Amino acid sequence: MISGNLNTIGYGLSAIGPGIGVGIVFAAFINGVARQPEARGQLQGIAFIGFALSEALAILGLVLAFALGA
Amino acid sequence: MTTTATAPAPGFESPGVEDFQLPPVFGTVTKPVLELVLAAIIIVAFFLVAVRKPALVPGKTQFLGEAFHGIVRNSIARDMIGGREFLKYVPFLTALFAFILVNNLFGIIPIIQFPTFAHPGVPYALAGLVYVVFTYAGIRKHGFGGYIRLSTWPPDVPWWVRIILTPIEFLSNLILRPVTLSLRLFGNMFAGHLLLLLFTLGGEYMLFEAGDWQLKVLSPFAFLMAIVFTFFEAFVQVIQAYIFVMLTASYIGTVLADDH
Repeated sequence: MISGNLNTIGYGLSAIGPGIGVGIVFAAFINGVARQPEARGQLQGIAFIGFALSEALAILGLVLAFALGA
Repeated sequence: MTTTATAPAPGFESPGVEDFQLPPVFGTVTKPVLELVLAAIIIVAFFLVAVRKPALVPGKTQFLGEAFHGIVRNSIARDMIGGREFLKYVPFLTALFAFILVNNLFGIIPIIQFPTFAHPGVPYALAGLVYVVFTYAGIRKHGFGGYIRLSTWPPDVPWWVRIILTPIEFLSNLILRPVTLSLRLFGNMFAGHLLLLLFTLGGEYMLFEAGDWQLKVLSPFAFLMAIVFTFFEAFVQVIQAYIFVMLTASYIGTVLADDH
């Protein structure tokens, strides 16, 4: 017998998209640094902003999973 | 799978939201409030010591303070805000970075072990402050109408795209910015603390309260995972403080931009 809340599964599903997005952001960052190591400083800021924006979706999912819990 | 309602089996109670509602220490003052005050005291004391006797060849504390300030000035403020205006915002960003960093690191410092921003009210207040700062900066630079136009009226867009784009820009630039800013910090700290709670409480349950000897054998691995994730949390806490300040600087940079 399993007890629990379906919200948890919903959160797991909502984390798939941001997971892929964060992976793409950092793949592009690593690619960029490998091609042009001196641009690392500039790229780092952009990479973290892209990371933060895609991660926001997963965080909203986490918060809603708890906020809507009965 | 049968879902007949039986009496709940005695077993492991997983940690949840109620573990974050700490009892007040005295009066109505709770642990996060004390941590906020402690963080402010630590930061003020550190920077006072760092600049007390400024020397041309800095000592250790002065060097640490200057390096901290230098990181915020060179790799956050200058890159994100740019121009000649960025220097004005460096003190605010440095204070913000130090405050969030110390409060986050409280999550893994023994005895304290509670990240202040795992309580949703605290990051809301901080994001509200950031919202006021960048809205004020934008209105002072462009005037009220100019600021609204800059935020919602991107130039050179066909009218039929504008019908969709302007509401989206309005929502994302003027309303959702502080919401995501605070929820990101809160969510990361909340999830990290919950993860550590789960591994330590689970390990404790397996060692002392579960009857099976197999679980007793496995419980050290739960504690091992707790230690590993403590280091991971240290990383996440520094990164989140950095991202918060980075996004704040980027918002200030966007509202100060002449055209984009």
